[in-house]
Amino acid sequence: MAQFNLPPNSVIGKGKTYYAGAGAKNVRRFQIYRWDPDSGENPRMDTYEVDLAACGPMILDALLKIKNEVDPTLAFRRSCREGVCGSCAMNIDGTNTLACTKAIGDVAGEVKIYPLPHMAVVKDLVPDLTHFYAQYASIKPWLQSATPPPERERLQSKEDRAKLDGLYECILCACCSTSCPSYWWNGERYLGPSILLQAYRWIVDSRDEFTGERLDDLEDPFRLYRCHTIMNCTKTCPKSLNPAKAIAEIKKLMVERR
Amino acid sequence: MSIRTPLARVRGLGAAKDGTHHWWLQRVTAVILIPLTLWFVISLLSISHADYAAFQQWLSNPIRAGLMATLLVATFYHASLGMQVIYEDYVRPEGAKVAALLVTQFVLFVLGAISVIAVLKVALGG
Repeated sequence: MAQFNLPPNSVIGKGKTYYAGAGAKNVRRFQIYRWDPDSGENPRMDTYEVDLAACGPMILDALLKIKNEVDPTLAFRRSCREGVCGSCAMNIDGTNTLACTKAIGDVAGEVKIYPLPHMAVVKDLVPDLTHFYAQYASIKPWLQSATPPPERERLQSKEDRAKLDGLYECILCACCSTSCPSYWWNGERYLGPSILLQAYRWIVDSRDEFTGERLDDLEDPFRLYRCHTIMNCTKTCPKSLNPAKAIAEIKKLMVERR
Repeated sequence: MSIRTPLARVRGLGAAKDGTHHWWLQRVTAVILIPLTLWFVISLLSISHADYAAFQQWLSNPIRAGLMATLLVATFYHASLGMQVIYEDYVRPEGAKVAALLVTQFVLFVLGAISVIAVLKVALGG
């Protein structure tokens, strides 16, 4: 069967607590998943008290404050701090989202932070996205054309350009794919919502001439049809996109071309 | 342990070029089962007090017998398609999946055959 329980070496234990100083005015507790591959120990939840009076408004601000002022061993990815790069995707308060665009004020009580679910962990909040990126590469995410390149830009009508809205904004943060139970159980073969949305972005691009080949590469019980319209992807997307709809559109095209 | 590249693992054996037929038939059987099931439930209510002779008389109508047979075939076929998806989702390893699939499809096929023959037997005056 698909494995539903954590293997023994992944069971999470209780970690250390770092208390805020006596002068703290507005203390909020952050419980953060910690795992160090070099220690040989099981993962643990460390608790950090953060004085929000001396901290920026977002979850990422708190993580940076902890790393800068309390515990420099805490590992996480971050770059743009404005929801454009997708680096700081993690599971915050039970939902996959971007630490940089999630406000601390939107979370009630203790803030629990885990790495993206069901991915191998590199360290702490850093998941291994090697397979995810290979899946992205496999859909050939670039414009393919048999017509020789034109002298000037490839033209596209305004209506056709509008079809890319809601697709081109995807930043590949992997929040949706790692929220999808089908991707948890069959992620080796199922491409997952994020990659399928990206695939549809090229399928629906009027300038692309390899639509049929792209559909050929997706027509597979596992690559595409593991999607059972669970809709976790759409619910969790920090960019408010709709991967489930993109997948449904691919399925419609599969039937249309029969 | 494998030292294949990540892309080689993703590309694997390539796309099966299959799955659309299965997906489409699952939807088709689901849609036709909606009116058929409603018809079946309403019919059962209307003949709930009938004795066997009256029921046989009722089912001997070719339209009713045909609808009943279609309902049964669609039900077992839909069940088979649905169970296949569940096994593909959850059952490992590959051998267990194939075994579960074969047993389930055999049982559902036999149940479908028995029900259709039973409908025919009653409808034709058994």
